[in-house]
Amino acid sequence: MTMGPVDLGWIVDNLDRIGGLLLEHLVLTGIAIGIGLVISFALALLIRNRPRWYGPVISATGILYAIPSLALFALLTPLTGLGTVLTAEIALVSYTLLILTRNMVEGLRAVPADAIEAANGMGYTAVQRLLRVELPLALPIIVAGIRIATVTTVGLVTVTALIGLGGLGYLIVTIGTSRGSFGLTATLTGVVLAVGVAAIADVALLWLQRALTPWARRGAAT
Amino acid sequence: MQDASGAVVAFEHVTKRYPGTDAPAVDDLTLSVPAGEICVLVGPSGCGKTTTMKMVNRLIEPTGGRITIDGQDVTQLPAVELRRRIGYVIQQVGLFPHLTIGANVAVVPSLLRWGRERTAQRTDELLELVGLAPGEYRDRYPTELSGGERQRVGVARALAADPPVMLMDEPFGAVDPIRRERLQNEFLRLQEQVRKTIIFVTHDVDEAIKMGDRIAILQRGGILAQYDTPAAILANPATEFVERFVGADRGLKRLSLARVRDLDPIAPVVVRAGEDRADVRRRLDRSDELEYALLVDGENRPLGWIDQHDLRGDGPIDPEAATPGAPTVEPESTLRDALSAMLGSSVQLGVVVDAGGRVLGLVSVDAIGDRLRAPVRGADGRLHDVGEDLAASA
Repeated sequence: MTMGPVDLGWIVDNLDRIGGLLLEHLVLTGIAIGIGLVISFALALLIRNRPRWYGPVISATGILYAIPSLALFALLTPLTGLGTVLTAEIALVSYTLLILTRNMVEGLRAVPADAIEAANGMGYTAVQRLLRVELPLALPIIVAGIRIATVTTVGLVTVTALIGLGGLGYLIVTIGTSRGSFGLTATLTGVVLAVGVAAIADVALLWLQRALTPWARRGAAT
Repeated sequence: MQDASGAVVAFEHVTKRYPGTDAPAVDDLTLSVPAGEICVLVGPSGCGKTTTMKMVNRLIEPTGGRITIDGQDVTQLPAVELRRRIGYVIQQVGLFPHLTIGANVAVVPSLLRWGRERTAQRTDELLELVGLAPGEYRDRYPTELSGGERQRVGVARALAADPPVMLMDEPFGAVDPIRRERLQNEFLRLQEQVRKTIIFVTHDVDEAIKMGDRIAILQRGGILAQYDTPAAILANPATEFVERFVGADRGLKRLSLARVRDLDPIAPVVVRAGEDRADVRRRLDRSDELEYALLVDGENRPLGWIDQHDLRGDGPIDPEAATPGAPTVEPESTLRDALSAMLGSSVQLGVVVDAGGRVLGLVSVDAIGDRLRAPVRGADGRLHDVGEDLAASA
């Protein structure tokens, strides 16, 4: 059963395998964003307490972001092994840091000074102020960063197919370039699913942000 | 009026010197604010008024001296605990945009881990107190409110845990003059009920005179130039700086501190249409002060003035001859407003009327002048002659 160049029969026969690769793709993306958030939160706190670190930190994450992913895999493989999740995640996390750190810092900087002064004056501890005032108010900008980082990472995960992982990238690259009549079908399936995952994740995060920040949508009265 | 729920706030030789500066921001400040009174810190920029206020809740730590609240040194408590016991209102209000109005008011109770029910009850009570219907406002967000409404929420939030002391940093500075006037009046009425000890910072001397039970005038370098009641400062500025700071119109400013009801009213010669001229003439002659009789209608409401000229000859009074336009003032009017009304009329007398417009008595420009020359009660509780300090220094 074919539809133009697409072999639907192959898709149906390989649904389990495609599902597994989709799951792998989601897991690789999720780990990268999760670890990226933890590291960038730590970096943002560092910058908040020592603003002069902003330049160096953003430059360093910018350099990481600029390294071609293939080169990074090649550099890491002797250290962390070929085709290991560790190798893949070091690269994937590196690429999230610029966007996540920058948005987290900008989000915290955008918290109105009067809200911070009021919080101090009313007796918030530093931690209470961060968790109950600053982070909630920084949330829209932080989530905007997470959305960009997620969409970017979903795309990048496919590249890890070159070191033997790849999630949907395995469909696109490994199976897609193998001999056999279903190669094009596998590639198209992988691309469509990867784009779909990115789009759904983007919309889901936007929805989450709106659910978490109902205050940001109400219009100003004055 | 309730008993004062406030506490005595005392500054003892308090000095603040910022690192890297020669001149202190606050220099050996000693003053005591009685429980339940509003003490306004006022002065030009750089006079240390905000620094002084922020040392009370230790947003700024003094370099020397000590500050006590009801005798307890503020440094004896951890700073965050101290701040939860002191209300704090700032110019930009500083409501948390991500919290509803109710949650904003409940901020300090939640830091103090009050129960849900007690917090909810207190929140509604406070919104009611500042004139915002809880049902309508509780679940709205700060961006949905006007500037004046937000400022009222700021005051409610500061009162939430019923603190004995409130710090207010130019609280009405960011609203337009008309709303400011209304917020000031509302706040004074509120203070009648809650009777907190309030340290109020402003750069506006008129606001200081209006809001303060006492005013501390600070000059550059954090030097206390004068600390007294508004009336005493206006009557007897301690230094040339104070005299310049309060303005050349300080006599008029004193008039806005006193009200018509504070004066002894003058009994008018009241006449109605149709009364006999000769009779009115005799009554007017008996009065030393008055040259005019007041024509009123059947409801005792003023219609105009009758002078000697109108009373010549015999027969009934002709209401058409009366000079219309007697300026009316209410017992609650300030002497400043009364004077202003009277100066605009040809007969320089004001008619004091009740809410129904009926005549209660008269005030004269002379009586207001006498009032300005009468002794003034100072913060020491004694009466001081007007100009006594200036005379001593001259």
